[in-house]
Amino acid sequence: MIFNSNNLKELVSIYGPSGNEKKIREYIEEQIKDHVDELETDRLGNLIARKKGNGKKIMIAAHMDQIGLMVTDIDDKGFLRFTNIGGISPHTVLSQQVIFENDTVGVVSAEPIEDISKLKLSDMFIDIGVSSQEEAKQFVDIGDICVYRSNYGENNNVVFTKYLDDRVGCYIAIEAIRRIKNPKNDLYFVFTVQEEVGLRGAKTSTYKIDPDIGIAIDVTASGDTPKAKPFSVSLNKGTAIKVKDNSILTHPKLRQVMIDTAKENNIPYQLEVLEFGGTDSGAIHLTREGIPSGVISIPTRYIHSTIEMSSKNDIINSIKLLLKLLEKDINL
Amino acid sequence: MLLKKLTEASGISGNEKEVRDIILDEIKGYVDNIKIDKLGNVIVYKEGKNHSKKLMITAHMDEVGLIVTNIDALGLIKFVPVGGIDKRILVSKPVLIGKNKIPGVIGSKPIHLQKKEEWEDALGIDQLYIDIGVDTEEEAKKLINIGDYISFDSDFVEFGENLIKAKALDNRVGCSLLIEILKETKDIGFYGVFTVMEEIGLVGAGPAAYSVDPDICIVLEGTLCYDVPQIDKHLIPTYLNKGPAISLMDRTTLFDTNLRKKIIKIAENNKIPYQYRKTAMGGNDSGKIHTSKDGVITTTISVPCRNIHSPTSVMSKYDYENAYKLLKAILFEYEKGAL
Repeated sequence: MIFNSNNLKELVSIYGPSGNEKKIREYIEEQIKDHVDELETDRLGNLIARKKGNGKKIMIAAHMDQIGLMVTDIDDKGFLRFTNIGGISPHTVLSQQVIFENDTVGVVSAEPIEDISKLKLSDMFIDIGVSSQEEAKQFVDIGDICVYRSNYGENNNVVFTKYLDDRVGCYIAIEAIRRIKNPKNDLYFVFTVQEEVGLRGAKTSTYKIDPDIGIAIDVTASGDTPKAKPFSVSLNKGTAIKVKDNSILTHPKLRQVMIDTAKENNIPYQLEVLEFGGTDSGAIHLTREGIPSGVISIPTRYIHSTIEMSSKNDIINSIKLLLKLLEKDINL
Repeated sequence: MLLKKLTEASGISGNEKEVRDIILDEIKGYVDNIKIDKLGNVIVYKEGKNHSKKLMITAHMDEVGLIVTNIDALGLIKFVPVGGIDKRILVSKPVLIGKNKIPGVIGSKPIHLQKKEEWEDALGIDQLYIDIGVDTEEEAKKLINIGDYISFDSDFVEFGENLIKAKALDNRVGCSLLIEILKETKDIGFYGVFTVMEEIGLVGAGPAAYSVDPDICIVLEGTLCYDVPQIDKHLIPTYLNKGPAISLMDRTTLFDTNLRKKIIKIAENNKIPYQYRKTAMGGNDSGKIHTSKDGVITTTISVPCRNIHSPTSVMSKYDYENAYKLLKAILFEYEKGAL
């Protein structure tokens, strides 16, 4: 399997913050429409793609939303104040470029501050290079959301870019959709909305689909950088099979099936015990009467920054594991 | 006045009966179906033109307050808060306890006896007690039980040009709007839901939304207002007298952008003043409603209230009237199928 950089590069560059996922949804729709049997967008904006099969009903969730900044105020000189959509750190967002849905670009800066450790988002602003409120309002309105603007980078081993979280999950799901020809199981690929603000799209889409098994695909942290908190997941050591995070203890039998599948197919994997964070499976497994759920994670450094970094091999191995898993007759 | 009656009633989370009874009495004869569900939510249906989209309008009935945890040997009452209460507002407030509304006052150590460091910080709730004018535990127990609810004793007062001071404006103001709209609209079919236990974690709204299963929901609220001149404009969540506040986002919901834009257009077309609720803090019933079943499109329209969650909340009649006008204009669009 060859790593297709162009598709990932496009995926991370398309606008789609939580609550405003229209553009990325349309892009993904275009990418998969010829490879699925049913395609539907639900009320909150989740994109649900079905590939029919006779086996278990399996939901595969990758969230398409991104973290961003929402404009809350425009001052007399046209500076924008904002609140965060999802986990935005003041230190990460300082001095970044941001871009709105209509391609308006701005830069993020802060009021003068003596002690930089006390930097707060409420003391920061976006400068879109205008000189009055009136002029600003031609481009931006209160309630509009912008996202990070930065370049995609890669070498032979890794990619480093904004928004691997979770466009790399979308990438893996799209690759799987295209490669699966005659699905054994009844597959519902869901590109979910509003994961970053509390797993909201996964909750409603799972209710609608009512699957037998749920599998989320998302990034996880890594413990392999200088003086990192001990965490036994590293880049380039394989796809990560989640054991737990703050939102779920994955279903032990499903986890074992995932491990067995990796072993049988010589797919390098690592087990992930994460002490914080959560992903769509947290909402999926608690829906209706409860749904056995697991997670395929992509080890990623510097999550929620503009230089999120993942290993190309890990991404490929995540695709392989997903493909082999979905081919299986899973009896829990 | 309806709002006076509603705010002077006691309805702390889990104990909404008094408020519910007023609501039931008010709407009787104006709606076609009334159901009180297992948690105590009031779910009413008003028949009218059928639309492909099912509309639900909600307001929570409950208010923040206190609950009795213990009675000491001298008949003094210990308590804990129900819902989000700033402990600094409690000292010296008059309260009413239990079904029989036994009057009491929240007391503490006199300032003369406090150590200097005690002046610096607000007294903790464990340092406060309620004096109901008895001398023994036995006497107190004749009047009060552990678990009795305690509400602020605060009259509804009109003051200034168009302001109202009362307790529980959050969210009797929403209840009042919903009652009025239920009474005054004809031939528009929609659900009105008065929820319980919002203040302790949006408890009633989830089951209510599950049962109604709407497509669209409008949440009516009293929301925080802090419009003093000393703070920067962008940190002011809402202003008094600038019209109803339309929510962008809060901790529980990213409100649907398309619906928000439609509502703003409706306000502008009808020349109704409005403002954005600029803060992302706080949350309301929408959090449970929009993620109910396979999802619901929601919006929140609020009347700004200064000193929210205190016995002396303040709102403007002008904002109330414009919130009502906006709600009515939205229903008119809904009737046309334009929502």
